[in-house]
Amino acid sequence: MRDDTMNVLIGGEAGQGLVTVGQLLAKSLVRSGYSILVTQTYQSRIRGGHNSFAIHTAVDKVIAPQESVDLLVALDAETVALHQGNLSSGGLIVVDSALEVDGDSFLQVPFKELAQDTFSNIAALGVVGYLLGLEQGLMATALDDFFGRKQRQVLEENRRVLVEAMAWAASHERSGHQLPKIANPVQHLMMSGNEAIAFGSLSAGLRFCSFYPMTPATSILLNLAAQAKRMGVLVEQAEDEIAAINMAIGASFAGAPSMVATSGGGFALMAEGVSLAAMTETPLVIVVAQRPGPATGLPTRTEQADFEFVLHAGHGEFPRAVFAPGTVEECFHLTRKAFELAEQYQGPVFVLTDQFLADSYRAVPPFDVEHLAPVKVGAATAGSLPYKRFAVTETGISPRLLPGLSRHLVVSDSDEHAEDGHITEDLSVRRQMVEKRLRKGEGIRAQVVPPEMDGEQDPDLLMVSWGASKGAVQEAASRIRSGGKRVATLHFSQVWPLVPGQFMDLLESADTVVSIEGNAFGQLARLIRRETGFYIKKQVLRYDGLPITPEAILRDVSR
Amino acid sequence: MVTIEDYGQYETAWCPGCGNFSILKAVKQALVASRLEPHEVLFVSGIGQAAKSPHYLNANLFNGLHGRSLPVATGAKLANPKLTVMVESGDGCNYGEGGNHFLAAIRRNIDLTLLVHNNQIYGLTKGQASPTSAEGLVTKAQPEGVSSAPFNPIAVAVAMEAGFVARGFSGMTDHLSELIQEGIAHRGFALIDVLQPCVSFNKVNTFAWYKERCDPVSRTYDPTDWGAAMRVAREWGDRIPIGIIYRNDRVPFEEHVPVLRQGPLVGREVDRVMLRNMMDGCK
Repeated sequence: MRDDTMNVLIGGEAGQGLVTVGQLLAKSLVRSGYSILVTQTYQSRIRGGHNSFAIHTAVDKVIAPQESVDLLVALDAETVALHQGNLSSGGLIVVDSALEVDGDSFLQVPFKELAQDTFSNIAALGVVGYLLGLEQGLMATALDDFFGRKQRQVLEENRRVLVEAMAWAASHERSGHQLPKIANPVQHLMMSGNEAIAFGSLSAGLRFCSFYPMTPATSILLNLAAQAKRMGVLVEQAEDEIAAINMAIGASFAGAPSMVATSGGGFALMAEGVSLAAMTETPLVIVVAQRPGPATGLPTRTEQADFEFVLHAGHGEFPRAVFAPGTVEECFHLTRKAFELAEQYQGPVFVLTDQFLADSYRAVPPFDVEHLAPVKVGAATAGSLPYKRFAVTETGISPRLLPGLSRHLVVSDSDEHAEDGHITEDLSVRRQMVEKRLRKGEGIRAQVVPPEMDGEQDPDLLMVSWGASKGAVQEAASRIRSGGKRVATLHFSQVWPLVPGQFMDLLESADTVVSIEGNAFGQLARLIRRETGFYIKKQVLRYDGLPITPEAILRDVSR
Repeated sequence: MVTIEDYGQYETAWCPGCGNFSILKAVKQALVASRLEPHEVLFVSGIGQAAKSPHYLNANLFNGLHGRSLPVATGAKLANPKLTVMVESGDGCNYGEGGNHFLAAIRRNIDLTLLVHNNQIYGLTKGQASPTSAEGLVTKAQPEGVSSAPFNPIAVAVAMEAGFVARGFSGMTDHLSELIQEGIAHRGFALIDVLQPCVSFNKVNTFAWYKERCDPVSRTYDPTDWGAAMRVAREWGDRIPIGIIYRNDRVPFEEHVPVLRQGPLVGREVDRVMLRNMMDGCK
């Protein structure tokens, strides 16, 4: 256990209010100036089971989750049994005094006395807040903000429990868990991956979002729905995912920047719609928050196994771009970029995340939204007359007018169509249109976000990764590096198209290349092989439903 | 003043004698009578011979996937409620592949006019049973005869209290055109189920078969009487009632949605100060 970083894990049953405690503690830490990285695990049930909310926090920027736990807050006996083995030396387990436990590492708190049962989660918050050295006033304000809209009585009761719990902790003080104080902390936002996607889409000019609820994508829609009225966005729950994507295509065709968000199974239903967006050249942003499959799989866990699916979904051939944000900031910026590309190249663009990142709160600096321009929708002029929606051009991009906004008629067809958009079976036109659509891919390729390289030149070990595992891989690299090895990382935040010129030198210069992925096939590695011929033999693959951690990488890499 | 010529005249891919020709004519007449100019109208269609109809007139068009015209129309109408949105497709598209969207569209009650070419058969795929095919109808795909009961779109729509439910017949073009005009004028979701012969694949429900049976509801019939409408909706035999079967004044979806009271979604600026304030809520 280090003194400038702490991994706090709160565990209990669903329905015990552990997410509330977690969010309040995380918020208090962020407001106190600490960096945080949250990992949430939960089960596919409303009550009971075992859920956890882990906050890795530090004075310096936290980039990865951590397996070992410094402060375990166990709201039930099962949490102790499941996580005690991960307790770091000097670590502490906070439990209810009613629980029969034995040993130095336990701090038994009389939750019932402090909180009359109903508010025992707040009592736990008070004790942990005290142990970490957080200010009582700051925590009380966080409580007020959180329960702000509820009854005054509830608010006062919560505050009273917080104060009493902190006082109790002070009188039973256990030293060694306080974080160093940060004087004049800089204000950060506490934001999850899904929240950042919602805000990124709003900043890009989102106007329409249709959805069918599916974990772990749902909170994107919930965030948008909460802000829809004030931001002038229409959020509509569709009858199914097929309807959701077709509605979004209809709205986008009529000129409203549109997005859908779902997970693997829902996206499977959307596949025909992806192809429709491509054929009708309608801009559309599709967020796929991955969870383990096949079929219903592990509905609330994380995985990176839908990359190949997203890459190939939709019948026929058409260009696409697939972003895979590695951080909360990237969720925001790459969602914006997805809207820009979708509008510019008139087709489907993907943002591929996973449950870990979707639910992971981080402390992020405020975004400069005043200076981030929204996308410009549609073409300013019709081009040559008579207006042809699918005029064949050198770039493949045709002037997209919006129906009803001029006297020009806008015609789009899922059938192969002529330049005027009407159905055709003229096979020479077919050839022209295929080539026109594919030419847009060249423009998309020219704008690819290059993979991020970090570390030594000509490394002994190069770790290749994509998406949400970014921080864990960088953290693992830095630990191996401190052991004296020359290590570099190559991380992809855009996984399609691949531009070999951007990364082949590094791949070829490394003694050993290892790919690190949250799936069983090594999907990025085999795509790299397909596209470049370069074979990454060594792979660290995780597919047990948990996020990739530095510890997991180190265990496997050293093997 | 808009005229029928503004809607153009095009060569079609239909069989000679197809009911689609007169439906197309009725649609054009209704648009002209509604004083709508082609650029003010958006057609959304699915896949099938009926879904090709909007290619043969001048208007905005989104010809999408089989069964999915209603969701596309929903999105487009919500993005720009100023558009008059017509949805045109066949019985397979709307009652089979897109059945769930049909139910959802009735519930949402968005101001769309749905025109279903109902010939009780799949034409484009060459003669399989459709959701409205009669029980016992023999086809190459159902050689022992259709064993499912036919879908009754009128009864379902009335049962769900759709705002406007009508049935027309392609052989009575002027009557049909009036129904379409009424459907366009109706604020909210309007269903017009149009019976039509398929000259190539439905040898039972022919032009003569329909002509003998289709009979307009009487002048004294009150389409706002739900109970009476349910009875009429179930009538299907020697007499098939046509006309406006049921109507009510349910508030359309658009009027429930606060965001749309501020005008169309299209062309709005992002309120970046508001966005900044909302993001500051994460502090």
